[in-house]
Amino acid sequence: MWSFSNIATDFDYWLSQQVNPTWTMIIEMVIAGIGAITLFATLGLVLVLMERKVAAWMQIRLGPNRVGPKGMLQSLADTVKLLVKEGITPDGADKFLFNVAPFIAMIVAMLLLAPIAFAKDFQLWDLNIGVLYVTAISSISVIGILMAGWASNNKYSLLGAMRSGAQIVSYELSAGLAILAIVVLTGSLRLSDIINAQANGWWIFKGHIPVWIAFVIFIIAVTAETNRAPFDLAEAESELTAGFHTEYSGMKFALFFLAEYINVFIVCAIGATLFFGGWMPFHIGNWESFNHVMDYIPSSIWFFGKTFFLIFLIMWFRWTFPRLRIDQLLNLEWKYLLPISMVNLLLVTLMAILGWHF
Amino acid sequence: MYRQTEIVQEASAIEGDLIINVGPQHPATHGVLHLVITLNGETIKNVEPHLGFIHRSIEKMCESLTYRQFIYVTSRMDYLSSHINNHACALCIEKGLQLEIPPRAQVIRVLMDELTRIASHELWWGAMAMDLGAFTPFFHAFRERESINDIMEETCGARLTMNYMVPGGVMHDIHPNFQKRVKDFIVLYKSKIHEYDEMVTGNIIFQNRMKGVGYLSAEDAISYGCTGPVARGSGVSSDIRKLYPYEIYNTLEFDEVLETDGDSFARYMVRIREMQQSIRIIEQLIDTIPDGDFQAKTKAVLKLPKGEFYSRVETARGEFGVYIVSEGGTTPYRIKFRSPGFSNLSALNHMIKGGKIGDLIAAMGTLDLVIPDIDR
Repeated sequence: MWSFSNIATDFDYWLSQQVNPTWTMIIEMVIAGIGAITLFATLGLVLVLMERKVAAWMQIRLGPNRVGPKGMLQSLADTVKLLVKEGITPDGADKFLFNVAPFIAMIVAMLLLAPIAFAKDFQLWDLNIGVLYVTAISSISVIGILMAGWASNNKYSLLGAMRSGAQIVSYELSAGLAILAIVVLTGSLRLSDIINAQANGWWIFKGHIPVWIAFVIFIIAVTAETNRAPFDLAEAESELTAGFHTEYSGMKFALFFLAEYINVFIVCAIGATLFFGGWMPFHIGNWESFNHVMDYIPSSIWFFGKTFFLIFLIMWFRWTFPRLRIDQLLNLEWKYLLPISMVNLLLVTLMAILGWHF
Repeated sequence: MYRQTEIVQEASAIEGDLIINVGPQHPATHGVLHLVITLNGETIKNVEPHLGFIHRSIEKMCESLTYRQFIYVTSRMDYLSSHINNHACALCIEKGLQLEIPPRAQVIRVLMDELTRIASHELWWGAMAMDLGAFTPFFHAFRERESINDIMEETCGARLTMNYMVPGGVMHDIHPNFQKRVKDFIVLYKSKIHEYDEMVTGNIIFQNRMKGVGYLSAEDAISYGCTGPVARGSGVSSDIRKLYPYEIYNTLEFDEVLETDGDSFARYMVRIREMQQSIRIIEQLIDTIPDGDFQAKTKAVLKLPKGEFYSRVETARGEFGVYIVSEGGTTPYRIKFRSPGFSNLSALNHMIKGGKIGDLIAAMGTLDLVIPDIDR
């Protein structure tokens, strides 16, 4: 069966015969970069449309259905609208920081695409500290938000940024500890190792209740980290109008918007990789023929299926739950999630040492 | 640049305070209410409502309109319970003329009032959930409200400002489909009410946001002049339908909903339970609408005798009073409306001091403010 790695190897071999090694590397990097940007833009459009359709479905209405077949081109039309809109910089704003902030948000989101395995052997950068890289880079996104809130010279923005800072810094701890549970079980930070360790069963099935707890904490924490409802205090519409991006318009606003959706995609992709085996097909013990059928489904479909399931879960939260208050939000993290995830990590470690998992 | 009001400038003199203008255009104020909030971090130190953005001087306008005409203007005050506003005005004029209202008209009026009350509470429920960040309940609430609007449209000819009540009864008879559609609505409502509990009332986040927030004691509720669900949430009995019954309310079986906690959740529960009481009233009346005239015989030009007249009704938001001073002419000499929203809003600062910004939104949601009602 053909795979992405075969194509890539063949292409690399062919290219290195045509030009010298330096140029080969440069051309390959450019191709990978263009691929990442294309994926970034496409994912943004798809996720925005998906969000609107999911919301419409939950709210007994139709959602976008005018532009293109079944409204599929709606988000494209919105993008064009945002592109041609004037990007206003307020008079009192710190112009440099104000204009740089959306790019930081976007660049962070793009950097996070690097270590994700989209299919079997289809990974931009399989670095040996993959999980650490993801947690480290994702914490930079708070700088973009704080910068936007501070530079806007708007009290709503400032309050939004303050909330966002407190929130992201707090919830990173639980998210990190939940991820550590899987790292402890696998014994490696490399994402491909984590996926390969799940060849005979996903961690969510192999890891008993502690992994379930880790998964629940992970989902709650990443929902908070990406500023999605019910933890969308940074942009709490009814309280702070639009929070940290109140003053942004046009494409600068769109970059924040896009970065939010890409971040949702990435955290769900990480969740799918850690807990649901990434691109690994679903196997049941000794059911040879069943497993064989499952193997025939392409690995990219497995990966995107799991990721979009988690994205749907996060959208489901958004359209059904009310928002928390800021003190309740921090209480939830520091009084409940963090102690639970610490104890849970100990349990997982014990389980890994004694080999109780399957 | 935003216009700096005098008060804002005065207040900014205090060092270290953060002053925020919420409104006049803000997603949580549902209209052009302007709140000047003094903050210490996230904690609210003071809330000052600024009114007048939608003042149309309705009371003055009414002085130049005849007794038949001015009722229509009152639909534009509390647009969510326009029937009940019209009802209060009609009652006041009838008091002056000492008119006997045919029983059919009385029953139709009460039915319409209660349907309006349900529609108003439905909209409040959806808008309040939206204030707290849950968008979906809004659409679910509008599904039920829509069917009430359809009933109104059929019988009254309009969906929002109905102008259906006239001195002496109602403008025209009910639509032949009216009874059937109201019964359909009751069936629909009862089949959907569990969704309200599942989606909002029973939600742990929602309860945490509401319980203990915006506490208003019974004494404070009385001294601020709060009425309606806001007062009843604090345990103050204030249902005009029970205390000063008008039309046929004294013959009907329904309970005055009282909660004693005084917090936002109590006010929320009062409204939720009030909707069920309204359904109960409608169920009692819908099958037994008496035959007869829908309007008493009145003269073409109405003239109230010299004197002062006052009537009060229970709208969806509280006590609505109409005070007419007549010099014996065809137009009122002076009109004063007592709107429930104004008094309820005045309690906001007291309720919310020391809370967080999120609490302000939650407490304001449970006051159920309709700004044209406050500003008139």
